[in-house]
Amino acid sequence: MSTISERFSILQSHLEKNCKSKISKISGYVGFIMRKLLFSVLSVGPIPAHVAIIMDGNRRFAKRRSLLQDSIDPASGHRLGFRSLISTIQYSFEMGVKCVTVYAFSIDNFKRSPQEVQMLMDLMREKIEEMSAEDGVFKALDVKINFWGNLELMTEPTRLSAKRAMDTTVHNKGPELSVCVAYTSTNEITHAIEASVRDLKGKDQVQVSDLERNLYSAGCVEPDIIIRTSGETRLSNFLLWQSDFTHLQNPKPLWPEFSLRHLVWAVLEYQRVYAYLKNKKEGIEKNK
Amino acid sequence: MIEASVIASPILGVVFCLLHVIVSLVHAWSHLVHQIQCLIISSGLLSKYQNINLNRLRHLAVVIDSEDAKNKSKVHQLLCWLSDIGVKYVILYDIEGVMKKSDKAYEKSSANPSETKCMDFAPNMPLIFDMFGMTVEIISYTDGKEAVAKGANYLCSNYLKNQDDTLNKLGPKFTEPDISSALKAVGHDGPEPDLLLVYGPARCHLGFPAWRLRYTEIVHMGPLTSMKLSAVVKVLYDFSKKHQNYGK
Repeated sequence: MSTISERFSILQSHLEKNCKSKISKISGYVGFIMRKLLFSVLSVGPIPAHVAIIMDGNRRFAKRRSLLQDSIDPASGHRLGFRSLISTIQYSFEMGVKCVTVYAFSIDNFKRSPQEVQMLMDLMREKIEEMSAEDGVFKALDVKINFWGNLELMTEPTRLSAKRAMDTTVHNKGPELSVCVAYTSTNEITHAIEASVRDLKGKDQVQVSDLERNLYSAGCVEPDIIIRTSGETRLSNFLLWQSDFTHLQNPKPLWPEFSLRHLVWAVLEYQRVYAYLKNKKEGIEKNK
Repeated sequence: MIEASVIASPILGVVFCLLHVIVSLVHAWSHLVHQIQCLIISSGLLSKYQNINLNRLRHLAVVIDSEDAKNKSKVHQLLCWLSDIGVKYVILYDIEGVMKKSDKAYEKSSANPSETKCMDFAPNMPLIFDMFGMTVEIISYTDGKEAVAKGANYLCSNYLKNQDDTLNKLGPKFTEPDISSALKAVGHDGPEPDLLLVYGPARCHLGFPAWRLRYTEIVHMGPLTSMKLSAVVKVLYDFSKKHQNYGK
């Protein structure tokens, strides 16, 4: 199994192929070394094992830019949001985060116009295939990808791309990226109840542990942080069951504006409350 | 290599502490700004905070750290404020059920005990009573996931009763309204709060029933010991200006 350093050397050479100039190659290396130093400092304290993100603000960002540029491209905000996603995943995994979960598409988002829904599905398929390619990010980082949600609601080409990506990366031993698509927490709980009732087979009662075993997120540690960008304060039906002891953060920047410094700040905020949340969690587990 | 790590570790430690000093300074500044805002609100200089439109706030939840919740007079004071502001339904939550055990204290300390009607304490069930014309529901951790498991068992027993039904041969199929009805049948059908205030060291809902949190605005208020009426007024005012897309 390759070490994290070896994997990031592979990622760096992957990035180098796309860097035409020497200057950008050098600045890439310098950036990587500076990040290593920064993450070494952060690692003096606890690093979250699982970071979940509600990527809010793509459309508002596009609207803001369209006011400056006099043109509106509905997909532009989401494409820029995708760039933020890739860099956030990269920095998180460099830092030592083991799981990143993102809320890509809610069941509620199907209420949007059919054109926007189709555009988002097509964009998702395009990006899944880009990341799954031979020289893609999944291979570079040895990422295992999961798609959580009622995948039957997705358009068929996108669902097939998602399934192919999951099959391709199932044996990867690196960090996990979970993408919530056609997902809501209440739908996940409903699905878990159905599966638990179906599996009863002579056992008397459904227990909480049965429900947890049948959640889409079964086998994944609970999130340590949920970040919702754009300053909004609600969870919008995301990981409600799993977030009992999760630090909820709502930084003001829109998702395409979310960068390394916001991620570092999020970890520093988490480190301030880590002892309290750990104490609360252990208290409940002792009483079970 | 060993010498390098011996030198590097203290340096990393110092830089780490420096970063956290910066975070603390930012928090101190935010706290100062917040205190000034509360002072201005409590002075009555800004008329917009005098008459807040609470039409959109049908249900308010308050999550309180269990250690803070032991301070019954503070909790009672908070309920009085909420009643004075015009809140009609409050859900009080603490993870250990401290407030459930203390409900009789709220009855006794009410100005007119006849205004407060209490049910008997049951650790695994919500407690609901009226206080100062406001409905107060008290819940704890056992009203969350365990309640969903109870609901699942209710659905299961109905499903098994209808085993001969052709539809059931395809396996159980439940909808979200089915789950809501099941929770109602087992006595855990409380409303979804529009706004949730968290009193404690961290912005965390500490196991508030997941089924009821879908679109709830969650605001961190800090420790209960330093609660202020003006801070509550500010949050309610900000909530009254909020707009939700609900996914659209």
